[in-house]
Amino acid sequence: MTDTGTALRAAGLGKRFGRSTAPWALRDCTLRLPAGRVCALVGPNGAGKSTLLAMAAGLLAPTEGSLTVLGEHPAHARPRVGYVAQGKPLYPQLTVADTLRVGADLNPGRWDAARAERIVAAGDLDPRARVRTLSGGQRTRVALALVLGKRPGLLLLDEPMADLDPLARHELMGTLMAEAAQHGTTIVLSSHVVAELEESCDHLLLIGGGQVRMAGDIDDLLAAHVRVTAPAADADLGGHTVVECRTTGRQLTALLRPGGPLPEGWRTFPPSLEELVLAHLRNPQAPALTPAPAQSQETHA
Amino acid sequence: MLEYRIDRHSGVATYVQIVQQTKQALRLKLLEPGDRLPTAREVVEATAINPNTVLKAYRELEREGLVEARRGLGTFVRRSLGTAPTDDSPLRAELDGWAARAREAGLDRDDVAALFTAVLDRHFAAREEHLQGDAS
Repeated sequence: MTDTGTALRAAGLGKRFGRSTAPWALRDCTLRLPAGRVCALVGPNGAGKSTLLAMAAGLLAPTEGSLTVLGEHPAHARPRVGYVAQGKPLYPQLTVADTLRVGADLNPGRWDAARAERIVAAGDLDPRARVRTLSGGQRTRVALALVLGKRPGLLLLDEPMADLDPLARHELMGTLMAEAAQHGTTIVLSSHVVAELEESCDHLLLIGGGQVRMAGDIDDLLAAHVRVTAPAADADLGGHTVVECRTTGRQLTALLRPGGPLPEGWRTFPPSLEELVLAHLRNPQAPALTPAPAQSQETHA
Repeated sequence: MLEYRIDRHSGVATYVQIVQQTKQALRLKLLEPGDRLPTAREVVEATAINPNTVLKAYRELEREGLVEARRGLGTFVRRSLGTAPTDDSPLRAELDGWAARAREAGLDRDDVAALFTAVLDRHFAAREEHLQGDAS
Protein backbone atom coordinates (compact mmCIF):
# COMPACT_ATOMS: atom_id res chain seq x y z
CA MET A 1 0.00 0.00 0.00
CA THR A 2 2.62 2.44 -1.04
CA ASP A 3 1.64 5.91 -2.12
CA THR A 4 4.53 6.33 -4.49
CA GLY A 5 4.37 5.23 -8.03
CA THR A 6 1.70 5.06 -10.63
CA ALA A 7 -0.07 1.90 -11.70
CA LEU A 8 -1.91 3.36 -14.65
CA ARG A 9 -1.52 6.61 -16.53
CA ALA A 10 -3.45 7.72 -19.59
CA ALA A 11 -3.28 10.95 -21.56
CA GLY A 12 -5.79 11.79 -24.27
CA LEU A 13 -6.49 8.08 -24.63
CA GLY A 14 -9.10 7.09 -27.20
CA LYS A 15 -10.32 3.91 -28.85
CA ARG A 16 -12.50 3.46 -31.88
CA PHE A 17 -13.39 0.07 -33.30
CA GLY A 18 -13.41 -0.21 -37.08
CA ARG A 19 -13.58 2.64 -39.55
CA SER A 20 -12.86 6.26 -38.81
CA THR A 21 -16.59 6.92 -38.99
CA ALA A 22 -17.29 4.51 -36.14
CA PRO A 23 -18.25 6.04 -32.78
CA TRP A 24 -15.57 6.35 -30.11
CA ALA A 25 -15.74 3.66 -27.41
CA LEU A 26 -13.50 5.83 -25.25
CA ARG A 27 -12.22 9.33 -25.87
CA ASP A 28 -10.07 12.01 -24.24
CA CYS A 29 -9.37 9.76 -21.34
CA THR A 30 -6.76 11.30 -19.04
CA LEU A 31 -6.18 9.71 -15.69
CA ARG A 32 -3.63 8.56 -13.15
CA LEU A 33 -4.17 5.63 -10.82
CA PRO A 34 -1.63 5.64 -7.98
CA ALA A 35 -0.07 2.28 -7.13
CA GLY A 36 -1.51 0.36 -4.21
CA ARG A 37 -5.10 1.48 -4.68
CA VAL A 38 -8.15 -0.68 -4.98
CA CYS A 39 -10.04 1.11 -7.72
CA ALA A 40 -13.70 0.81 -8.66
CA LEU A 41 -14.09 1.33 -12.40
CA VAL A 42 -17.73 2.27 -12.64
CA GLY A 43 -20.04 3.31 -15.44
CA PRO A 44 -23.20 2.26 -17.22
CA ASN A 45 -23.20 -0.54 -19.79
CA GLY A 46 -21.29 0.52 -22.87
CA ALA A 47 -19.41 3.27 -21.08
CA GLY A 48 -16.01 2.00 -22.19
CA LYS A 49 -14.92 0.12 -19.05
CA SER A 50 -14.00 -3.12 -20.81
CA THR A 51 -12.23 -1.21 -23.57
CA LEU A 52 -10.07 0.61 -21.04
CA LEU A 53 -9.23 -2.61 -19.19
CA ALA A 54 -8.35 -4.48 -22.38
CA MET A 55 -6.04 -1.64 -23.43
CA ALA A 56 -4.40 -1.63 -19.99
CA ALA A 57 -3.94 -5.39 -20.29
CA GLY A 58 -2.05 -4.81 -23.53
CA LEU A 59 -4.62 -6.72 -25.59
CA LEU A 60 -6.04 -3.74 -27.50
CA ALA A 61 -4.06 -0.92 -29.06
CA PRO A 62 -5.28 2.64 -28.47
CA THR A 63 -6.50 4.57 -31.50
CA GLU A 64 -5.04 7.77 -30.08
CA GLY A 65 -3.34 9.06 -26.96
CA SER A 66 -0.95 7.27 -24.65
CA LEU A 67 -1.20 4.70 -21.90
CA THR A 68 1.47 3.47 -19.52
CA VAL A 69 1.05 0.54 -17.16
CA LEU A 70 3.39 0.20 -14.18
CA GLY A 71 5.55 2.78 -15.91
CA GLU A 72 5.85 0.82 -19.15
CA HIS A 73 4.15 0.30 -22.48
CA PRO A 74 1.16 -2.00 -21.80
CA ALA A 75 2.61 -4.78 -23.98
CA HIS A 76 5.86 -4.76 -21.99
CA ALA A 77 4.09 -4.64 -18.64
CA ARG A 78 2.06 -7.78 -19.37
CA PRO A 79 4.14 -10.18 -17.26
CA ARG A 80 3.34 -8.03 -14.22
CA VAL A 81 -0.34 -7.52 -15.01
CA GLY A 82 -3.14 -9.94 -14.17
CA TYR A 83 -6.25 -9.58 -16.30
CA VAL A 84 -9.51 -11.46 -16.01
CA ALA A 85 -11.89 -10.68 -18.87
CA GLN A 86 -15.62 -10.59 -18.47
CA GLY A 87 -17.00 -14.12 -18.27
CA LYS A 88 -13.68 -15.46 -16.88
CA PRO A 89 -12.52 -17.53 -19.84
CA LEU A 90 -10.90 -20.79 -18.74
CA TYR A 91 -10.39 -24.12 -20.48
CA PRO A 92 -13.50 -26.10 -19.49
CA GLN A 93 -11.96 -29.52 -20.13
CA LEU A 94 -8.93 -28.93 -17.88
CA THR A 95 -8.94 -29.81 -14.21
CA VAL A 96 -8.27 -27.16 -11.58
CA ALA A 97 -4.76 -28.57 -11.05
CA ASP A 98 -4.08 -28.59 -14.83
CA THR A 99 -5.21 -24.99 -15.05
CA LEU A 100 -2.71 -23.98 -12.39
CA ARG A 101 -0.01 -25.96 -14.18
CA VAL A 102 -0.74 -23.94 -17.32
CA GLY A 103 -0.34 -20.82 -15.20
CA ALA A 104 3.05 -22.07 -14.03
CA ASP A 105 4.16 -22.86 -17.61
CA LEU A 106 3.03 -19.51 -18.97
CA ASN A 107 4.71 -17.51 -16.23
CA PRO A 108 8.21 -18.95 -15.90
CA GLY A 109 10.23 -17.32 -13.16
CA ARG A 110 7.24 -15.51 -11.70
CA TRP A 111 4.80 -18.26 -10.72
CA ASP A 112 3.98 -18.60 -7.03
CA ALA A 113 2.45 -22.07 -6.86
CA ALA A 114 1.82 -21.95 -3.12
CA ARG A 115 -0.13 -18.74 -3.45
CA ALA A 116 -2.30 -20.05 -6.29
CA GLU A 117 -2.96 -23.30 -4.45
CA ARG A 118 -3.86 -21.47 -1.26
CA ILE A 119 -6.52 -19.46 -3.08
CA VAL A 120 -8.00 -22.59 -4.60
CA ALA A 121 -7.88 -24.43 -1.28
CA ALA A 122 -9.66 -21.59 0.51
CA GLY A 123 -12.65 -22.32 -1.71
CA ASP A 124 -12.76 -26.00 -0.78
CA LEU A 125 -12.17 -26.98 -4.42
CA ASP A 126 -11.12 -30.42 -5.54
CA PRO A 127 -7.98 -29.93 -7.68
CA ARG A 128 -9.08 -32.91 -9.80
CA ALA A 129 -12.44 -31.34 -10.71
CA ARG A 130 -12.81 -30.23 -14.31
CA VAL A 131 -13.43 -26.52 -14.82
CA ARG A 132 -16.70 -27.13 -16.68
CA THR A 133 -18.23 -28.80 -13.61
CA LEU A 134 -17.57 -25.78 -11.37
CA SER A 135 -20.05 -23.16 -10.22
CA GLY A 136 -19.64 -19.51 -11.20
CA GLY A 137 -18.09 -18.68 -7.84
CA GLN A 138 -15.66 -21.60 -8.06
CA ARG A 139 -14.65 -20.66 -11.61
CA THR A 140 -14.01 -17.11 -10.46
CA ARG A 141 -11.84 -18.47 -7.68
CA VAL A 142 -9.79 -20.50 -10.16
CA ALA A 143 -9.44 -17.47 -12.43
CA LEU A 144 -8.24 -15.40 -9.47
CA ALA A 145 -5.78 -18.12 -8.44
CA LEU A 146 -4.45 -18.10 -11.99
CA VAL A 147 -3.85 -14.34 -12.12
CA LEU A 148 -2.64 -13.99 -8.53
CA GLY A 149 -0.23 -16.90 -8.97
CA LYS A 150 1.75 -14.76 -11.42
CA ARG A 151 2.30 -12.21 -8.61
CA PRO A 152 0.89 -9.24 -10.50
CA GLY A 153 1.67 -5.67 -9.55
CA LEU A 154 -1.61 -4.67 -11.16
CA LEU A 155 -4.76 -6.74 -11.28
CA LEU A 156 -7.47 -5.87 -13.82
CA LEU A 157 -10.81 -7.57 -13.26
CA ASP A 158 -13.69 -6.96 -15.66
CA GLU A 159 -17.03 -7.42 -13.89
CA PRO A 160 -15.60 -10.16 -11.67
CA MET A 161 -18.58 -10.37 -9.34
CA ALA A 162 -21.35 -10.11 -11.93
CA ASP A 163 -22.64 -13.69 -11.87
CA LEU A 164 -21.87 -14.59 -8.27
CA ASP A 165 -24.20 -15.16 -5.36
CA PRO A 166 -23.73 -12.87 -2.34
CA LEU A 167 -21.75 -15.43 -0.33
CA ALA A 168 -19.29 -16.18 -3.15
CA ARG A 169 -18.99 -12.45 -3.80
CA HIS A 170 -18.13 -11.76 -0.17
CA GLU A 171 -15.58 -14.59 0.02
CA LEU A 172 -13.84 -13.66 -3.21
CA MET A 173 -13.77 -10.00 -2.33
CA GLY A 174 -12.23 -11.02 1.00
CA THR A 175 -9.58 -13.01 -0.88
CA LEU A 176 -8.81 -10.01 -3.09
CA MET A 177 -8.60 -7.62 -0.16
CA ALA A 178 -6.25 -10.00 1.65
CA GLU A 179 -3.98 -10.01 -1.41
CA ALA A 180 -4.05 -6.22 -1.51
CA ALA A 181 -3.26 -6.04 2.22
CA GLN A 182 -0.38 -8.48 2.05
CA HIS A 183 1.24 -7.63 -1.26
CA GLY A 184 0.13 -4.06 -1.93
CA THR A 185 -1.28 -5.18 -5.27
CA THR A 186 -3.07 -2.46 -7.21
CA ILE A 187 -6.52 -3.73 -8.16
CA VAL A 188 -9.01 -2.36 -10.66
CA LEU A 189 -12.49 -3.87 -10.54
CA SER A 190 -15.18 -2.85 -12.98
CA SER A 191 -18.88 -2.91 -12.30
CA HIS A 192 -21.97 -0.99 -13.23
CA VAL A 193 -23.15 -1.21 -9.62
CA VAL A 194 -21.14 1.06 -7.36
CA ALA A 195 -22.77 -0.21 -4.17
CA GLU A 196 -21.17 -3.65 -4.47
CA LEU A 197 -17.69 -2.12 -4.54
CA GLU A 198 -18.08 0.74 -2.12
CA GLU A 199 -16.65 -0.93 0.98
CA SER A 200 -13.79 -2.63 -0.80
CA CYS A 201 -12.44 0.17 -2.95
CA ASP A 202 -10.59 3.32 -1.94
CA HIS A 203 -10.38 4.90 -5.40
CA LEU A 204 -13.04 5.60 -8.00
CA LEU A 205 -12.87 5.96 -11.74
CA LEU A 206 -16.27 6.85 -13.17
CA ILE A 207 -16.71 6.61 -16.91
CA GLY A 208 -19.80 7.74 -18.79
CA GLY A 209 -20.31 8.17 -22.50
CA GLY A 210 -16.71 7.22 -23.22
CA GLN A 211 -15.32 9.97 -20.99
CA VAL A 212 -13.87 10.16 -17.49
CA ARG A 213 -16.56 11.79 -15.35
CA MET A 214 -14.94 11.53 -11.94
CA ALA A 215 -11.64 10.15 -10.69
CA GLY A 216 -9.88 10.21 -7.36
CA ASP A 217 -9.62 8.73 -3.89
CA ILE A 218 -13.14 8.07 -2.65
CA ASP A 219 -12.60 9.96 0.62
CA ASP A 220 -11.47 13.03 -1.35
CA LEU A 221 -14.38 12.81 -3.79
CA LEU A 222 -16.89 12.56 -0.95
CA ALA A 223 -15.26 15.45 0.90
CA ALA A 224 -15.33 17.63 -2.21
CA HIS A 225 -19.11 17.43 -2.55
CA VAL A 226 -22.05 18.44 -0.42
CA ARG A 227 -25.77 18.00 -0.80
CA VAL A 228 -27.73 21.12 0.17
CA THR A 229 -31.32 22.10 0.60
CA ALA A 230 -32.15 25.79 0.63
CA PRO A 231 -35.13 28.10 0.12
CA ALA A 232 -35.48 28.41 -3.65
CA ALA A 233 -36.25 32.13 -3.53
CA ASP A 234 -32.89 33.42 -2.34
CA ALA A 235 -30.57 30.58 -3.25
CA ASP A 236 -27.53 31.83 -5.10
CA LEU A 237 -25.36 28.98 -6.29
CA GLY A 238 -22.81 31.31 -7.87
CA GLY A 239 -19.25 30.51 -6.91
CA HIS A 240 -19.98 26.81 -6.51
CA THR A 241 -19.76 24.04 -9.07
CA VAL A 242 -23.25 22.65 -9.52
CA VAL A 243 -23.41 18.96 -10.39
CA GLU A 244 -27.16 18.70 -10.06
CA CYS A 245 -29.92 21.08 -9.01
CA ARG A 246 -33.66 20.66 -8.60
CA THR A 247 -36.39 22.97 -7.39
CA THR A 248 -39.48 21.54 -5.79
CA GLY A 249 -42.01 24.13 -4.72
CA ARG A 250 -40.14 26.58 -2.50
CA GLN A 251 -37.24 24.27 -1.88
CA LEU A 252 -34.09 23.84 -3.87
CA THR A 253 -31.92 20.75 -3.53
CA ALA A 254 -28.53 20.53 -5.15
CA LEU A 255 -25.31 18.58 -5.22
CA LEU A 256 -22.39 20.99 -5.17
CA ARG A 257 -18.67 21.23 -5.13
CA PRO A 258 -18.50 24.24 -2.83
CA GLY A 259 -16.23 27.01 -4.03
CA GLY A 260 -16.37 28.76 -0.66
CA PRO A 261 -18.37 28.88 2.56
CA LEU A 262 -22.08 28.18 2.20
CA PRO A 263 -24.66 30.61 3.57
CA GLU A 264 -26.07 30.15 7.06
CA GLY A 265 -29.43 28.52 7.00
CA TRP A 266 -28.71 26.09 4.17
CA ARG A 267 -29.00 22.52 5.30
CA THR A 268 -26.09 20.39 4.20
CA PHE A 269 -25.61 16.65 4.09
CA PRO A 270 -22.65 14.53 3.09
CA PRO A 271 -23.54 12.63 -0.07
CA SER A 272 -23.16 8.88 -0.38
CA LEU A 273 -20.87 7.52 -3.07
CA GLU A 274 -23.85 6.17 -4.96
CA GLU A 275 -25.57 9.57 -4.95
CA LEU A 276 -22.39 11.12 -6.25
CA VAL A 277 -22.08 8.61 -9.07
CA LEU A 278 -25.73 8.82 -10.09
CA ALA A 279 -25.73 12.62 -10.06
CA HIS A 280 -22.72 12.70 -12.39
CA LEU A 281 -24.23 10.14 -14.75
CA ARG A 282 -27.63 11.89 -14.80
CA ASN A 283 -25.96 15.18 -15.67
CA PRO A 284 -23.45 14.61 -18.43
CA GLN A 285 -22.98 18.37 -18.80
CA ALA A 286 -21.76 18.73 -15.22
CA PRO A 287 -18.02 19.41 -15.12
CA ALA A 288 -15.94 16.28 -14.65
CA LEU A 289 -13.87 16.03 -11.49
CA THR A 290 -10.41 14.64 -11.91
CA PRO A 291 -7.34 15.37 -9.85
CA ALA A 292 -4.96 17.90 -11.34
CA PRO A 293 -2.71 15.91 -13.64
CA ALA A 294 0.68 15.39 -12.09
CA GLN A 295 3.18 17.32 -14.17
CA SER A 296 6.22 15.49 -13.00
CA GLN A 297 7.29 12.50 -14.93
CA GLU A 298 7.30 8.99 -13.64
CA THR A 299 9.64 8.60 -10.71
CA HIS A 300 8.66 5.08 -9.75
CA ALA A 301 7.81 2.28 -12.05
CA MET B 1 -9.09 -12.91 18.65
CA LEU B 2 -11.41 -10.00 18.08
CA GLU B 3 -13.76 -10.35 15.14
CA TYR B 4 -15.27 -7.23 13.61
CA ARG B 5 -18.80 -7.08 12.35
CA ILE B 6 -19.34 -4.47 9.67
CA ASP B 7 -22.84 -3.15 9.11
CA ARG B 8 -22.91 -1.53 5.68
CA HIS B 9 -26.24 0.12 6.26
CA SER B 10 -25.71 1.62 9.69
CA GLY B 11 -24.72 5.04 8.37
CA VAL B 12 -21.62 4.85 10.59
CA ALA B 13 -18.35 5.04 8.68
CA THR B 14 -16.70 1.63 8.48
CA TYR B 15 -13.47 2.69 10.18
CA VAL B 16 -15.49 4.19 13.01
CA GLN B 17 -17.28 0.86 13.45
CA ILE B 18 -13.89 -0.82 13.90
CA VAL B 19 -12.79 1.83 16.40
CA GLN B 20 -16.01 1.50 18.34
CA GLN B 21 -15.96 -2.29 18.40
CA THR B 22 -12.35 -2.31 19.56
CA LYS B 23 -13.18 0.10 22.37
CA GLN B 24 -16.18 -1.97 23.30
CA ALA B 25 -13.93 -5.04 23.53
CA LEU B 26 -11.51 -3.07 25.72
CA ARG B 27 -14.31 -1.99 28.04
CA LEU B 28 -15.63 -5.50 28.32
CA LYS B 29 -12.09 -6.84 28.96
CA LEU B 30 -12.30 -9.04 25.90
CA LEU B 31 -9.06 -7.32 24.95
CA GLU B 32 -6.38 -6.66 27.53
CA PRO B 33 -3.00 -4.91 27.43
CA GLY B 34 -0.52 -6.99 25.43
CA ASP B 35 -3.18 -8.62 23.27
CA ARG B 36 -2.66 -8.42 19.53
CA LEU B 37 -5.34 -6.98 17.28
CA PRO B 38 -6.09 -8.98 14.14
CA THR B 39 -3.83 -8.03 11.23
CA ALA B 40 -5.26 -5.94 8.39
CA ARG B 41 -5.08 -9.04 6.23
CA GLU B 42 -7.11 -11.08 8.69
CA VAL B 43 -9.75 -8.38 9.02
CA VAL B 44 -10.19 -7.76 5.30
CA GLU B 45 -10.22 -11.43 4.43
CA ALA B 46 -13.19 -11.89 6.76
CA THR B 47 -15.02 -8.65 6.02
CA ALA B 48 -14.06 -7.85 2.40
CA ILE B 49 -13.50 -4.21 3.32
CA ASN B 50 -10.57 -2.17 2.03
CA PRO B 51 -7.26 -2.65 3.89
CA ASN B 52 -6.78 1.10 4.23
CA THR B 53 -10.01 1.30 6.20
CA VAL B 54 -8.57 -1.05 8.81
CA LEU B 55 -5.28 0.83 8.92
CA LYS B 56 -7.16 4.10 9.35
CA ALA B 57 -9.06 2.66 12.31
CA TYR B 58 -5.85 1.31 13.87
CA ARG B 59 -4.14 4.68 13.42
CA GLU B 60 -7.04 6.33 15.22
CA LEU B 61 -6.75 3.85 18.09
CA GLU B 62 -3.01 4.46 18.18
CA ARG B 63 -3.54 8.22 18.24
CA GLU B 64 -5.76 7.77 21.26
CA GLY B 65 -2.99 5.79 22.96
CA LEU B 66 -5.00 2.60 23.16
CA VAL B 67 -2.84 0.45 20.91
CA GLU B 68 0.65 0.52 19.47
CA ALA B 69 2.00 -0.83 16.21
CA ARG B 70 5.17 -2.87 16.57
CA ARG B 71 6.94 -3.12 13.29
CA GLY B 72 6.69 -6.55 11.76
CA LEU B 73 4.83 -7.94 14.74
CA GLY B 74 1.40 -6.38 14.63
CA THR B 75 -0.74 -3.99 16.58
CA PHE B 76 -0.97 -4.50 20.33
CA VAL B 77 -3.22 -3.21 23.07
CA ARG B 78 -1.42 -0.71 25.30
CA ARG B 79 -4.00 -0.02 27.92
CA SER B 80 -7.48 -1.01 28.82
CA LEU B 81 -10.29 1.41 28.55
CA GLY B 82 -12.43 2.99 31.24
CA THR B 83 -14.40 0.71 33.36
CA ALA B 84 -17.69 -0.15 31.86
CA PRO B 85 -19.88 -0.41 34.91
CA THR B 86 -20.68 -4.04 35.29
CA ASP B 87 -24.14 -5.40 35.76
CA ASP B 88 -24.17 -4.88 39.51
CA SER B 89 -22.64 -1.39 39.65
CA PRO B 90 -24.51 1.46 41.39
CA LEU B 91 -24.40 3.59 38.22
CA ARG B 92 -26.19 0.95 36.28
CA ALA B 93 -28.76 0.50 39.01
CA GLU B 94 -29.48 4.25 39.01
CA LEU B 95 -29.88 4.29 35.25
CA ASP B 96 -32.09 1.26 35.44
CA GLY B 97 -34.33 3.02 37.96
CA TRP B 98 -34.38 6.13 35.82
CA ALA B 99 -35.43 4.16 32.73
CA ALA B 100 -38.23 2.53 34.68
CA ARG B 101 -39.48 5.94 35.86
CA ALA B 102 -39.29 7.31 32.30
CA ARG B 103 -41.43 4.45 31.14
CA GLU B 104 -43.94 5.01 33.93
CA ALA B 105 -44.10 8.66 32.89
CA GLY B 106 -45.28 7.52 29.46
CA LEU B 107 -42.09 8.04 27.41
CA ASP B 108 -41.51 5.58 24.62
CA ARG B 109 -38.16 4.18 23.52
CA ASP B 110 -37.43 7.01 21.07
CA ASP B 111 -38.33 9.69 23.64
CA VAL B 112 -35.96 8.12 26.14
CA ALA B 113 -33.17 7.78 23.58
CA ALA B 114 -33.55 11.43 22.54
CA LEU B 115 -33.53 12.61 26.14
CA PHE B 116 -30.53 10.47 27.01
CA THR B 117 -28.61 11.68 23.97
CA ALA B 118 -29.36 15.30 24.80
CA VAL B 119 -28.04 14.87 28.34
CA LEU B 120 -25.05 12.90 27.07
CA ASP B 121 -24.20 15.74 24.69
CA ARG B 122 -24.26 18.24 27.57
CA HIS B 123 -21.75 16.28 29.60
CA PHE B 124 -19.45 14.76 27.01
CA ALA B 125 -17.63 16.17 24.01
CA ALA B 126 -19.06 15.28 20.63
CA ARG B 127 -18.01 12.01 19.15
CA GLU B 128 -15.99 11.70 15.98
CA GLU B 129 -17.40 13.72 13.15
CA HIS B 130 -18.98 12.17 10.09
CA LEU B 131 -20.42 9.48 12.26
CA GLN B 132 -23.87 10.01 10.95
CA GLY B 133 -24.54 9.67 7.31
CA ASP B 134 -27.59 11.24 5.82
CA ALA B 135 -30.04 12.56 8.36
CA SER B 136 -32.82 13.40 5.93
